[in-house]
Amino acid sequence: MACAVSTDTVAGGARAGSGLAGFDLDSPWQLHPQVSVRPERFGALLYHFGTRRLSFLKSPALLAVVRSLDGAPTARAACAAAGVPAADLPAYASALATLAGSRMICQRTAQ
Amino acid sequence: MTAATAAPAIRAPAPATVTPATAARAAAAPATAAPLPLVQQFQYGLDAPICLTWELTYACNLACVHCLSSSGRRDPRELSTAECKAVIDELERMQVFYVNIGGGEPTVRPDFWELVDYATGHHVGVKFSTNGVKITPAVAQRLAGSDYIDVQISLDGATAEVNDAVRGQGSYATALRAMRNLADAGFAGFKISVVVTRQNAGQLDDFKAIADRYGAQLRLTRLRPSGRGADVWDELHPTAGQQRELYDWLVARGEQVLTGDSFFHLAGYGEALPGLNLCGAGRVVCLIDPVGDVYACPFAIHDNFLAGNVRAPGGFASVWRESELFADLRRPQTGGACQSCSAFDSCRGGCMAAKFFTGLPLNGPDPECVKGHGASALAGTDGAAAPRPSGDHSHRSRPVPVSISARPATEPPDIGLLVGRRPPDRACEENPLAGFVPGGR
Repeated sequence: MACAVSTDTVAGGARAGSGLAGFDLDSPWQLHPQVSVRPERFGALLYHFGTRRLSFLKSPALLAVVRSLDGAPTARAACAAAGVPAADLPAYASALATLAGSRMICQRTAQ
Repeated sequence: MTAATAAPAIRAPAPATVTPATAARAAAAPATAAPLPLVQQFQYGLDAPICLTWELTYACNLACVHCLSSSGRRDPRELSTAECKAVIDELERMQVFYVNIGGGEPTVRPDFWELVDYATGHHVGVKFSTNGVKITPAVAQRLAGSDYIDVQISLDGATAEVNDAVRGQGSYATALRAMRNLADAGFAGFKISVVVTRQNAGQLDDFKAIADRYGAQLRLTRLRPSGRGADVWDELHPTAGQQRELYDWLVARGEQVLTGDSFFHLAGYGEALPGLNLCGAGRVVCLIDPVGDVYACPFAIHDNFLAGNVRAPGGFASVWRESELFADLRRPQTGGACQSCSAFDSCRGGCMAAKFFTGLPLNGPDPECVKGHGASALAGTDGAAAPRPSGDHSHRSRPVPVSISARPATEPPDIGLLVGRRPPDRACEENPLAGFVPGGR
């Protein structure tokens, strides 16, 4: 977005549609340990230090969901904790699938 | 799903980094009023840059004819180690994800590795640009061990002949040695960064082959008439035909080849290249130069684009958040002469620095406008009257010519790599590297 030297990260990322085939709302998920989150007025910026990719969360509500993942038993529970109405779940699942596709979030293995 | 909000003002061809935003926008739609398109959010500026360029030193062992920062000699006022660390502390507080460190040749700073370690230890990722001079096998090994460090090796020719004419004798061999060391150390995906010129525009496949050979990623960027680049821009910038071929080549490669979004002016051809395609100067990026001056963009080292200095009270954060210049850049811009052009929504008028240093008005076409408006605008300007870059740290051993002749009405004939439009003082200085003595470091 900005020019040169700056924002190669934006040009990369997972292929469009990757991860969109389905998202397992009933598994435990977490923010990838190499991802840093910066809240912004519009939502948040996510940066993955491993893939050196940047992603944007376009709403504070989605940020709340992402932040709830780590402490929730499932992604569905994280959405509920963040106050997502049931009718909106498919949209959020789709957003989470995209984040999973670019490895911003990953499945949490049971400890 | 996304119909509830306005489409982004730009055409971003499916880079998935934007896709989460698209999905998220859909997700947000039921709950909130339609938010601004992301690109507009960026145009109005962020509380902190996403990343920034930090030129650590003006010292360089090379004297590339197109150096954007006119580097060569160290500036005695350069930030001390402690001052650099204070800047890093601030970047950490502002959650700037990473810095693009350049110069000059940043690795010749004696405290370079100390600063890299300090940055990564404070959650500020580092991507640094180097000509490779210090990338020994041991250094490569060490770099390969960190997730927080990325390396960009500069190469401006796929052959020694083309590269060294611009970057200096032996620089091709140095760059390739560094690449071999990185590859041998298992550093996958380092970047090979190429400034596309008239002389190397025919070598794109060869550059890609070099990158593939070393397991690296190719990055092509645009030549700007910044720094010493102002003196050679007429001779080095790609022809209109080459620019079109470059665009087609990039479109065909998609996300395999990085561009740093530097070719967003080519979006005027039709499909935008991957990226968000907007000028981020002062909005989402900026430059901190070796003496702590903060400029809107690394290609705009001129008093007109100087926002402040990190040494002033309030430091970098207050420059970023309070400078009048940046506030100005974050206001909605008008297209000026470009407003009525069918391509304006795609190219947004092109690069501010390219216009400025070629003497064109900022609210008009880019000098390399794909519709040809830049070329005709240039024909009507006096090239010698174009603003000069503010600082010059070039090696004194190789005088950097000053443009004194008027800009030719048509593109000049290819005269090799003659620097500037001034005839050489002596025949032996005709080569731009005549008189160049490698730095004594």
